[in-house]
Amino acid sequence: MSTSQVSFSDVSKVFALRVDNQVQKISALKSVNFEVGKSEIVTLIGPSGCGKTTALRILMGLETASRGSVVVAGKAVKGCGYDRGLVFQHAELLPWLTALQNVMFGLELKGMRGNELKDTAMRYLDLVGLKDAANRRPYQLSGGMKQRVGIARALAIDPEVLLMDEPFGALDAQTRESLQGELLEIQARSKKTIVFVTHDLDEAVLLADRIIVMRNGSVQEIIKVDLPRPRGDLGTLRGSKEFAETRYVVWKALHSAEQQRH
Amino acid sequence: MSPTSTPVAAPSAASDEPVTVAREVPAWMITTLSVVFFIGLWEFFGHGVDPIFGSYPSAIAEAGWDLLKSGVLGRALWQSMQAFLVGYGLSVIVGVPLGLLIGRSRFLEAALGVFITGAYAMPLVALVPFLVLLLGLGFAVKASVVFLMAVFPIVINTWLGVRAVPKTLIEVGKSFVASDFTILRRIVLPATIPYIMAGIKLAVGRGVVAMVIAEFFTAISGLGGIIINSANNFDTARMFVPVIVLMVLATALNGLVGWVERRVAPWQTEMSGRDGN
Repeated sequence: MSTSQVSFSDVSKVFALRVDNQVQKISALKSVNFEVGKSEIVTLIGPSGCGKTTALRILMGLETASRGSVVVAGKAVKGCGYDRGLVFQHAELLPWLTALQNVMFGLELKGMRGNELKDTAMRYLDLVGLKDAANRRPYQLSGGMKQRVGIARALAIDPEVLLMDEPFGALDAQTRESLQGELLEIQARSKKTIVFVTHDLDEAVLLADRIIVMRNGSVQEIIKVDLPRPRGDLGTLRGSKEFAETRYVVWKALHSAEQQRH
Repeated sequence: MSPTSTPVAAPSAASDEPVTVAREVPAWMITTLSVVFFIGLWEFFGHGVDPIFGSYPSAIAEAGWDLLKSGVLGRALWQSMQAFLVGYGLSVIVGVPLGLLIGRSRFLEAALGVFITGAYAMPLVALVPFLVLLLGLGFAVKASVVFLMAVFPIVINTWLGVRAVPKTLIEVGKSFVASDFTILRRIVLPATIPYIMAGIKLAVGRGVVAMVIAEFFTAISGLGGIIINSANNFDTARMFVPVIVLMVLATALNGLVGWVERRVAPWQTEMSGRDGN
């Protein structure tokens, strides 16, 4: 793919685990290959321990691949960089900073100063609908609001690719659904490339252009989602036949992955 | 059969409902009553004891007034406080950065950790004569003894605090390409403040004890000097004056540190279940 934003070529990861004075080698990723096109949303799905989070962490540069290479926007990944923004599983806001200061944190490290810094942070806080909560600290925010700040913080540095590690997994169903809708709206406007890790089947289908089903550290299947984009009203979409059909295809892929595992 | 749903009328707005705020006895009132009760007990039972073996609050107050009037107490307090403040201040200035570095560096932790843990349990009383030999009998030895007693709880608490910083918070810094120093200053340090403050509070008590020990051994000066002189003269009431002054002082310093903590880390007290008062 010429417009490829992210490409994994033959990526493997082996962890050394010390159990009772014996070093065990755990193969977390086995020769993983996939590409993500520009402005595409790709979800990685699979049971826990399948390697989806490891793949995301290698893409972010928090972990290094044992073999193979990861390329983002034409550059090989070596450690973290401002071309990638990570949204953490539990938001991980800095508790001593206000919502605004949390968004400013990444921008400041990127080198932005003065009025531009504050205005940019405020703009992104507004984007996630939290302009009025700018001066609240994390303990004064609900779980959904925290994750909104987390998204604003990652988007503010204007990365090429937005990486999301089960960001809505800990939220209640209603909050999760409204955040899924907001994320799609933000993506429709910003055209960001998104790599999204989840274990939620509905979420994977709702958000993705393509779904990568993982099993035991390998890519089991890549499923193209033929739902219209923009997705429109997610409630209506959930009730549609196309959604149910895609969901069933992914479910089968996951299910066969489970069976082969046992 | 298809599922049915019945709409339910929305409840009216709750803005005019009465709000009840629990009325509690303030903590300072409980503390005051507790102190008054204890002093009352001591006064009541203390009169029956031989004045050589014990004393009671009104006699101590009288002795305290005499010491204050003659200027002895003020002079001794100033002598002691100078040494205390220098030693204690140094222990904070050295202890916090040292704890941060040891907590962050696997190498420093392995190289220095063993000395810190060992030195924390060091019987400092045994070393005072040696320090006197090195530094003489004056101000320097007092400040050093205070420093040596106070610095280790600060280092150890800071160190433990750094170890307790969640890995994911460090990764937030890494994900924004922060340098090690930036992560230390902007993530590790603020996240460790509650531990640092606990260490600084522990160090107050140890520092005060260290100061008195140093004064016992060195010059007959300061509050420790009054204690040892009065004890040698079997003047028990007079001996208790500096003891009580020191206890009040340590409590006040603890309160001061708590106040500073609420100023520099307001999120901490508000996040925990109880307020910091």
